[in-house]
Amino acid sequence: MSLVEVTDLTVGFGSLRAVDGLSFRLEEGTALALVGESGSGKSTVAGALLGLHRDTGARVGGSVRVAGTDVQQASDEELRRLRGARAAMVFQDPLSSLDPYYAIGDQIAEVYRVHTRGSRRAARARAVEVLERVGIPDAQRRSRSRPHEFSGGMRQRALIAMALACEPDLLIADEPTTALDVTVQAQILDLLHTLREETGMGLLLVTHDVGVAAESVDEVLVMRHGRAVEHGPVGTVLGAPAQAYTRELLDAVPRVDAPRAASEPSDEVVLEATGLRREFGRGKRAFAAVDDVSLTVRRGETLGVVGESGSGKTTLGRMLVGLLEPTAGEIHYAGRRHTGVNPAVQMVFQDPVSSLNPRRSVGESIADPLRARGERDEQRIRGRVVELLERVGLEAVHYDRYPHEFSGGQRQRVGIARALAADPRVIVCDEPVSALDVTTQAQVVDLLGELQRELGLALVFIAHDLAVVRQVSDRVAVMRRGQVVESGPVDEVYDAPREPYTKQLLAAVPALDPEVAAERRAARRELAVA
Amino acid sequence: MSEALVASQAPGTDTPVPGASGARQFWRRLRVQRAALVAAVVVALLVLVALAAPLLTALEGQDPTTYHPSLIDSARGGVPIGSFGGIGADHWLGVEPQTGRDLFARLVYGARVSLGVALAATVVQVAIGVAVGVASALGSRWVDQLLSRTTDIIVAMPLMIMSLALLAIVPSSFPRPVLVTLVIGLIAWGNIAKIVRAQTLTLKGLDYVSAARLSGWNTWRIARRELLPGLAAPVITYAALLVPMNISVEAALSFLGVGVKPPTPSWGQMLTSADVWYQAAPQYLLLPAGALFVTVLALTVLGDGVRTALDPRAASRLRVGTGRKSESESENGTGTGKEETA
Amino acid sequence: MSGFGGFVLRRALGMVVTLLAISVIVYVVFYATPGNVAQITCGPRCSPEQVHQVAEQLKLGDPLYLRYWHFLEGLFVGQDYSTGTSVAHCSAPCLGLSYQSDQQVMDIILTKLPVSLSLVLGAMVLWLLLGIGTGVLSAWRRGRISERLLTALTLAGTATPVFVIGLVLMIVVCGELQLLPFPQYVNFGDDPEQWAWNLLLPWLSLALIEAAAFARLTRASMLETLAEDHIRTFRAYGVGERSIVGRHALRGALAPVIALNANNVGSAVGGAVLTETLFGLPGIGQELVHAVKVVDLPVVVGMVLVVGFFVVIANAVADVLYAVADRRVVLA
Repeated sequence: MSLVEVTDLTVGFGSLRAVDGLSFRLEEGTALALVGESGSGKSTVAGALLGLHRDTGARVGGSVRVAGTDVQQASDEELRRLRGARAAMVFQDPLSSLDPYYAIGDQIAEVYRVHTRGSRRAARARAVEVLERVGIPDAQRRSRSRPHEFSGGMRQRALIAMALACEPDLLIADEPTTALDVTVQAQILDLLHTLREETGMGLLLVTHDVGVAAESVDEVLVMRHGRAVEHGPVGTVLGAPAQAYTRELLDAVPRVDAPRAASEPSDEVVLEATGLRREFGRGKRAFAAVDDVSLTVRRGETLGVVGESGSGKTTLGRMLVGLLEPTAGEIHYAGRRHTGVNPAVQMVFQDPVSSLNPRRSVGESIADPLRARGERDEQRIRGRVVELLERVGLEAVHYDRYPHEFSGGQRQRVGIARALAADPRVIVCDEPVSALDVTTQAQVVDLLGELQRELGLALVFIAHDLAVVRQVSDRVAVMRRGQVVESGPVDEVYDAPREPYTKQLLAAVPALDPEVAAERRAARRELAVA
Repeated sequence: MSEALVASQAPGTDTPVPGASGARQFWRRLRVQRAALVAAVVVALLVLVALAAPLLTALEGQDPTTYHPSLIDSARGGVPIGSFGGIGADHWLGVEPQTGRDLFARLVYGARVSLGVALAATVVQVAIGVAVGVASALGSRWVDQLLSRTTDIIVAMPLMIMSLALLAIVPSSFPRPVLVTLVIGLIAWGNIAKIVRAQTLTLKGLDYVSAARLSGWNTWRIARRELLPGLAAPVITYAALLVPMNISVEAALSFLGVGVKPPTPSWGQMLTSADVWYQAAPQYLLLPAGALFVTVLALTVLGDGVRTALDPRAASRLRVGTGRKSESESENGTGTGKEETA
Repeated sequence: MSGFGGFVLRRALGMVVTLLAISVIVYVVFYATPGNVAQITCGPRCSPEQVHQVAEQLKLGDPLYLRYWHFLEGLFVGQDYSTGTSVAHCSAPCLGLSYQSDQQVMDIILTKLPVSLSLVLGAMVLWLLLGIGTGVLSAWRRGRISERLLTALTLAGTATPVFVIGLVLMIVVCGELQLLPFPQYVNFGDDPEQWAWNLLLPWLSLALIEAAAFARLTRASMLETLAEDHIRTFRAYGVGERSIVGRHALRGALAPVIALNANNVGSAVGGAVLTETLFGLPGIGQELVHAVKVVDLPVVVGMVLVVGFFVVIANAVADVLYAVADRRVVLA
């Protein structure tokens, strides 16, 4: 009997059919990834395995058997005995998935006691044991900490420890590394790999990231609109996809190892920053988010800025456009010192939801720079905005629509049109594609490239995703703790990194090829030992 | 729980989400709440009664201030003559003990005072609260410190005690309803200022405000076009809760004999001596008490409905699902995840 | 722990600053108003000589800041008052003299304080128990008829003015049913049993109204917590509903409830004034209403300062409790 047997599963919320006739099996000790873009229904499937849709108003059809329990037919009590004991789930956001008010050890102990009826003392001992197992140093002491006293990666380790507490046969991981930095992500994926080797438990991994799947599983099931598109061994599906959608998905994934097409360098420096520093907080709690950063941006080129969370890259971007005043250092635009905002230096923001005022039509938002400049002729304003809308791939009729009527990708196009309306020479893009699905991401990146060539724009492309940065940048600066640790032409930095930190970052990027992934895992082990 | 799963699976980042915006959406969400609708109708009726008070009393042929010594039995201490406190064709709800003033007239004119004072005081509170809150959020560090500390102090001062005290020192020649309005309005704006400040700070951090700055607009224009509309929802929500609160405070002050004073009628004031007369004229106790109860209840239910219809959390829950942590968040926070890379 | 100690210290310092600020505001509002302060202070039945004497007493010739300093001095070291014929000493903390009753304000307050404290503290125990209990119950029974009933009751509670419920209780319990005599305050020291019986109705009137607010908040914040991700985690790990509601959701709801209690001390004091007036309890509230009616300014100012003092302390204590309930506050 298989560990998991899903037959013709359908899940509907209201009028929406999130999962539509999905069937698959997972054998004992094997690992399967459900891969799909947002809205594909992959997380809903994960919830259905534990019967989490019961009593929520969702309509669930078909049959689900997990570790011998028929999830659909089981009584509440039978279901409760399955959850956490035979099959345990690891969630995406480790901070909000743990109770902020109780010590982590106590939370794990509670789960253990629910299923084993063991003593309080035994449960605490078990909690410390599993925390040690997932690599939390000084577990005895740390088990008394509350979640907010842990770092993001440690929290995810703690959640995995909770999952291990009752030695389940199946681990369900729902986007377990999406909220984490790439180096931390690699550590968590390695941990999952090791645990699977040691315990022989089955793994169902839900992810939007093809690379994460390639690193971790034996089989892949690609989902779209609640249905299975393609299902097979990981090497086959990712190496020789049979379906058009799978190919499209794989093509859209940026490669960290693909060299950048050479572009014509220009000598004309448009933006120059020297000795930029920015402090936050006062007194004892003051710290420098950006510390002595100097960089130049030339006409028509793209400067990539890459770094993990807390590296100061967003702060740097906001200083470059004048939204934040530097504590020290200067910004020169076209050779002249500049403070405050500058129409010629615009920005494209990360979050397509919060970057547009929900109460104003997108046409009005795009027209802002024109009106602010003093343009009064409504006819001319409308004409220019429509021109811009069409330039970014939207239509004239979109002028009077409101942001909530647009998809994330379309909103990001609106954001680009608004930046263009000021006739800028430099656009700073702060994580412009990180909130988008991978296929949409590729389209937006293409659009930015086209505009750059056409208008001779200089771009500063800030991102945490090393592959995207390689794809778009001519030169790259690697940031860590407020400083640029390494910079240079993109191919040089990526192919022959000099700094250990850059090497570590690049080694952590998930590979699409399972064999390469295994090699990288070995390389990471060596780096860790060294 | 279901919401989280639905949110992550609901039409994702690249499918347009259909739906109306602004006022229409508000009405749609308010319409489906039956209790709130009933409350809205009750409130509308009360407002109508208050506005039409002269008309209604003219219909009855009475006014709220004329004494009718012939209708009370001075031998029995001023009990209204006749059954049920003197209810009859001339006096629909009977007359007041001791004075013989028409109860119906006093009740409907009392609605004027109650609602008028409460609404006007709310306007004062909202005006001060919004001004202080916005100034505090947009002003320099120093301005913010000053205004925030002042707000803290205002919040700490007990409303009833301060109102009582203030009412003591103002000369009695000052029109009482206006005075009560001002006193309530000037003391109880602290919470709304706090809410406005917090909301303004949130809005200020949103990217679309940054984008407006990059467009080249000045602070004033940004405050007017981008910030103030975003304040409407929380301000309306809180104001809707302030109105019933103000009604209670006015009634309490008048009940204590320091608020609205006779001959101007007020529900709270009518209750001052009601306990003495409850056996002879029960409606003298029940009518103003009932009026107060119904008014405050209707306004509270309506306030709850408004909050549900405007709930910013329901809206923000839809925003979950993009998954990735924004960097600015962790940069200004405690720097999570650092030790991992060390 | 040093972080926590620092937090408490900062909060205490803030409290002192707030108290001083309140004293400045109150002093300025009441003693720098246009009009003849001496006349107002002395009362309407004072003769011109008496008014003149009061004016000298209050040093009305001095600039405002000196007068305030004088007032503060009285608070911290005491003051001598000339009553015309003799000199009386008013020891610290001195809040001045009531010229209408020729009594020291502090003495008046001290005789009334036990009554008010008995009322408010007793009622607070009741309203916390009733309110949080009802809130937990309705979150636990959510979606069922018992919850709807509780919700309707609490809504009715929030809509009833405290003096209305007090009136109704008094008329029904004491008047019609004659279960209890009309309340008359008895000192706790004299007869604890009678003290409690006589305070029962006032306690109930005050507590029922406040409890309604707590029930609503407890229910709302428990439901909010129940919608959070970590509750989903414990459900997905087979933890039972009892532990989820009683342990995790209640814990999450605790901090806002503590905050509300602090916020509500002010409004409860207002409720106490009404309750005292209604039931004729000789507490601070009743005295304040009297002082306001006869415009006995020193008493009014003294009462406002004393009540403000208690409210500010209650707020500070609640802040510290809040930080104990949610340690993340200390870091912020």
